[in-house]
Amino acid sequence: MSWFKRKERNITTPTNEKRDSPDMWFKTPSGGIMLKKELVANQYVCPDEGYHVRITPQQYFEILFDNEKFEELDANMRSKDPLKFTDSKPYPQRLEAMEAKIQSVDALRSAHGSINGQKWVVAAMDFRFIGGSMGSVVGEKIARATNYALEHQIPLLIISQSGGARMMEAGFSLMQMAKTSARLALLAEAGVPYISLLTNPTTGGVTASFAMLGDFNIAEPGSLIGFAGPRVIRETIGKDLPKDFQTAEFIEEHGFLDFIVDRRELKSTLSRLITILKSRDSDKQ
Amino acid sequence: MLLDFEKPIHELEAKLKEMKELASRTDMDVTEAVKSLEERIATLKKETFDNLTRWQRVQLARHTMRPYSLDYIQLMCSDFIELHGDRQVKDDKAMVGGLGLIEGKSFMMIGHQKGRNTKERQYRNFGMPNPEGYRKALRLMRIAEKFEVPIVCFIDTQGAYPGLEAEARGQGEAIARNIKEMFDIKVPIICIVIGEGGSGGALGIGVGDKVFMLENTWYSVISPESCSSILWRSRDHKEQAADALKLTAKDMMGFGLIDDIITEPLGGAHTDYQTTAENVKKVILEETEKLLRINHGLRRYNRIEKFSKMGVFEE
Repeated sequence: MSWFKRKERNITTPTNEKRDSPDMWFKTPSGGIMLKKELVANQYVCPDEGYHVRITPQQYFEILFDNEKFEELDANMRSKDPLKFTDSKPYPQRLEAMEAKIQSVDALRSAHGSINGQKWVVAAMDFRFIGGSMGSVVGEKIARATNYALEHQIPLLIISQSGGARMMEAGFSLMQMAKTSARLALLAEAGVPYISLLTNPTTGGVTASFAMLGDFNIAEPGSLIGFAGPRVIRETIGKDLPKDFQTAEFIEEHGFLDFIVDRRELKSTLSRLITILKSRDSDKQ
Repeated sequence: MLLDFEKPIHELEAKLKEMKELASRTDMDVTEAVKSLEERIATLKKETFDNLTRWQRVQLARHTMRPYSLDYIQLMCSDFIELHGDRQVKDDKAMVGGLGLIEGKSFMMIGHQKGRNTKERQYRNFGMPNPEGYRKALRLMRIAEKFEVPIVCFIDTQGAYPGLEAEARGQGEAIARNIKEMFDIKVPIICIVIGEGGSGGALGIGVGDKVFMLENTWYSVISPESCSSILWRSRDHKEQAADALKLTAKDMMGFGLIDDIITEPLGGAHTDYQTTAENVKKVILEETEKLLRINHGLRRYNRIEKFSKMGVFEE
């Protein structure tokens, strides 16, 4: 029996009187609370701990392109269902539900525009859309963004954020790894720079194709990056994984990243890189 | 090892053998009985193999008696010198390769390699390469290119190995680089799925001017078991997953994701190595002959365009 007993009910507020506004606040991973507005102004990076909040293609475009101005490519490309794939629900229903939920037609958006006055093509993945998985649409849009960069001889940035291939497109999904790599082989041959930015998370078929094929592979701090996912590895080896295993820092340490970039310095870093690349003194012969 | 659907056939075959033995020991005339039994076996075999489910084909693709890369190499090549190592870390036993002669013509033979018993399986890491395997394969492809030798890749893996060291040494990067650089290789590349075509681990040696699948193999983005455990939260729906993934040679051919199917003897490749190897050899020789008539620039262009066309979408 307790010493004190509450005789009356807890203090309650009727729902219609509640004034909590969840859109106003953001809770950081370490439990801190900050204004959403501040977070946005800080490019979705928590100032105290440097934690990078996962953001959408739209947000990357706004951060990167001058005056938030850009022209989107292939905005209406949609997945079909060549396999008539059904698990707990048919794939077309899954696609529709996704589109309705996040107002985006697939897991990647691409656009061209100016970044500090330099022309760029940027393709950014969206983890919210079926885990950022790569199906035919993601593959084709990357292929076309690459073609655009090739045609206009302007640098290409691909921002990866993906769990890997899209199971519902099985064989087609697998072949997107080949397709994207094929187009990048042509871009490489033409000497047009390709920067691959790996964000949290980048795994599976995306890591094993275009994400690792940049002239410069860069990543946001703390991102999970790997081929096999941590759960699969744990099950395979039957041991716990080391603490920092598969973080961007781990991947950099093992020699697979050129550098890690804070999102707040992403735009200026991209420009500096291209400026240095372009400022070469040409062969005099 | 016998698969469930092989058992009735095997029982009849055992009976036939018994009958023949009996006939040889006694004076009984069993000609009629033998004939009718042989007919029954043939019918049952045809019926069974004409109506295999996708999951049954997956089982055949993994049959422990199925010919592996080194079996094909041994059966097809009059001479073969195995080449080891990636020149960086080590020699990956799950990926083999070397120079061989088929009908007097040189080829760079590369392939995933599985083992047949427990000891061998461990030695071959269950046919799941580490990054070194992919880097070894690429090294051999570059040698082939240098000396203008056509390349043959045998695909037979559940997938690339998902281990700690594999990640630390860049499994993703190794596969990605292979896929990209295979588009640049100047000599003809012929890829043949001889067993399992598991995802990126398969595609890591899977970019070819021509890609074939043997009749009883699978090729997809994920194994039916893993697909089942992700989508149905249990490995028990593997049959359903195999159907959903549409991962057989016929499916992949129908989607235009491979170039052709190589037939196996009735009963499966494991029942007749010789005929299977003959079929494979014929395809390799014919296709190389055709590919060599095209100049390497056009060949590369065709290779890139073929894969660029893969995908289904609307806009």
